[in-house]
Amino acid sequence: MNSFSLIWSNLFRRRVRTFLTLFSIIAAFLLFGLLRSVADAFDSGVEVAGVDRLTVSPKYSIIDGLPVSHMSQILATPGVAGVTHSTWFGGTYQSTANFFPKFPVEPRAYFEMFDEYIIDPAQLDEFERIRTAAVAPADLAEEYGWQVGDRIPIEGDIWLREDGSRRWEFELVGTYRIRDDENMFAGFLFNYDYFDEARIPETEGIISNFSVRVSDPDEAAEVSALIDAQFENSINPTRTATEAEANRQFAAQVGDIGLIMNSILSAVFFTILLLTGNTMAQALRERVPELAVLKTLGFTDRRVALLVLLESVLLCGIGGALGIALATLVLGAIAPDLAAFLGQVEMSAMTTFGGLGIAVLLGIVVGLNPALSARRLQVVEALRR
Amino acid sequence: MSIIQLNQVSRHFTKGRQKVEVLNDLDLEIEEGDFLALMGPSGSGKTTLLNLIGGLDQPTAGSVEVAGRQLVGLSSRKLAQWRSRNIGFIFQFYNLLPILSARRNVELPLLLTRLGGRQRRRNADVALAIVGLGDRAGHKPGELSGGQQQRVAIARAIVADPRILVCDEPTGDLDRETADEILDLLELLNREHGKTIIMVTHDPKAATHARRTLYLDKGSLVREAA
Repeated sequence: MNSFSLIWSNLFRRRVRTFLTLFSIIAAFLLFGLLRSVADAFDSGVEVAGVDRLTVSPKYSIIDGLPVSHMSQILATPGVAGVTHSTWFGGTYQSTANFFPKFPVEPRAYFEMFDEYIIDPAQLDEFERIRTAAVAPADLAEEYGWQVGDRIPIEGDIWLREDGSRRWEFELVGTYRIRDDENMFAGFLFNYDYFDEARIPETEGIISNFSVRVSDPDEAAEVSALIDAQFENSINPTRTATEAEANRQFAAQVGDIGLIMNSILSAVFFTILLLTGNTMAQALRERVPELAVLKTLGFTDRRVALLVLLESVLLCGIGGALGIALATLVLGAIAPDLAAFLGQVEMSAMTTFGGLGIAVLLGIVVGLNPALSARRLQVVEALRR
Repeated sequence: MSIIQLNQVSRHFTKGRQKVEVLNDLDLEIEEGDFLALMGPSGSGKTTLLNLIGGLDQPTAGSVEVAGRQLVGLSSRKLAQWRSRNIGFIFQFYNLLPILSARRNVELPLLLTRLGGRQRRRNADVALAIVGLGDRAGHKPGELSGGQQQRVAIARAIVADPRILVCDEPTGDLDRETADEILDLLELLNREHGKTIIMVTHDPKAATHARRTLYLDKGSLVREAA
């Protein structure tokens, strides 16, 4: 036997209570691992976007939209090598659980702009030729079992058809893959011309944003300023930024993801703090005579306090490590489902070690008061209990 | 040669505004190898005296020298270290850790030594063999009878080979027959292993196992019987 086995034995003296507390800690750190990784995915989506492309968005809100007529002026801007546009469609495929981004685009111009999207040229021809055509990322098509030639119904929520109906139907004419999985917004793409003609007339000619290729990435800032200057006094002012910044702004429409995640985690950890604190305090109360015996045998006040503190750190450490490990496994399983919107979601070293650090800190905070009480324990008084 | 020497020892407690005098100007000398029984009515100060000798408490006044060390004024840490080397404690209710096996309970004081794990285990087994529980080493306290638990407690008290054993009513929770076995064991430790034993007891029959008996009343030694 050594001090560790003494701590270990004490930890599991009331197995049910210890396991319940342990499960709570595991659940908290599972949540921590998942939420932090999702928040990281939002940030990493921002980072992977290239700087040779710019995104022109409505200045104040993505809800405003921009007139497609801006395109000719943008194309005429010095330093601009190409431009195309896309529109956030929203919509639901069969169930709201089946989320993936959907955009009406100009087929050929879009694939020329996003050259990391790789499509069979014959399928691109079909996409351009057939007005109701659509293409999807290969993994998305595989997930839903779509075959070329299938008709894909989408229930519109933002965009209604001219006849007032919500049902849009597209014919899948091809799939594309993404080089190095590098774009978080790869989605279900369909023909803009069909979309524009079919939607209610009041919304015709409105798109969400333009993608602009700059001739020289070093001049991206100047080009960006020139584009915005042209529309500054129009009724549809723009905000031009790198794709990274545009992605960040898009995420910010939902809210401050980091703040939301951290708020949830703070509430979870506060609850765990109280729960584990109560467990440790209860464990100490039950063990007062035993701690007094240890002191009687010659264990110093400091050593007894350390035994109590390490017990708490061990409990939280085990819970934290298991929770993080479980989160890694869960993330591995659900990452493919999240990839369509969030890009690559994985447990970073920062999250892993940060989580373990928080677990140890939690153990110290929770164990500190019982440890100090154990340290102050008067042997003679405690033995009388 | 005296191993325990108490001079003019007083111990007062404060209960609210009331001062309770538990020991008054007590002088006591105990020779090495002695087996002393401390008797007296409840509240006479027996356990307080035992706690002072065992380095668990400090006197309000006077000096307490045990095993060549003046205990008055020692820090809590120094006292703990001193206890681990010099005193073995035996309690009325055994005070074993219920989560540990007999062997591990006995091994506890050895965690404070520099002995390696294997040597600690060997010493614990020897101590258990001395008290006749070599075959119960793997049992937890809850699986042992009261007498067996007290034997484990005695093994724990002697495993670090202290010079002094301090026993607070060691047979108070046992039937006559088992109590006699425990007292025989204490006598053996005194006679064969040279342990100095101070035992608080209410039981006159238990006191007959000691070499001498001291009577305490209202914090003072009132008489001595050989």
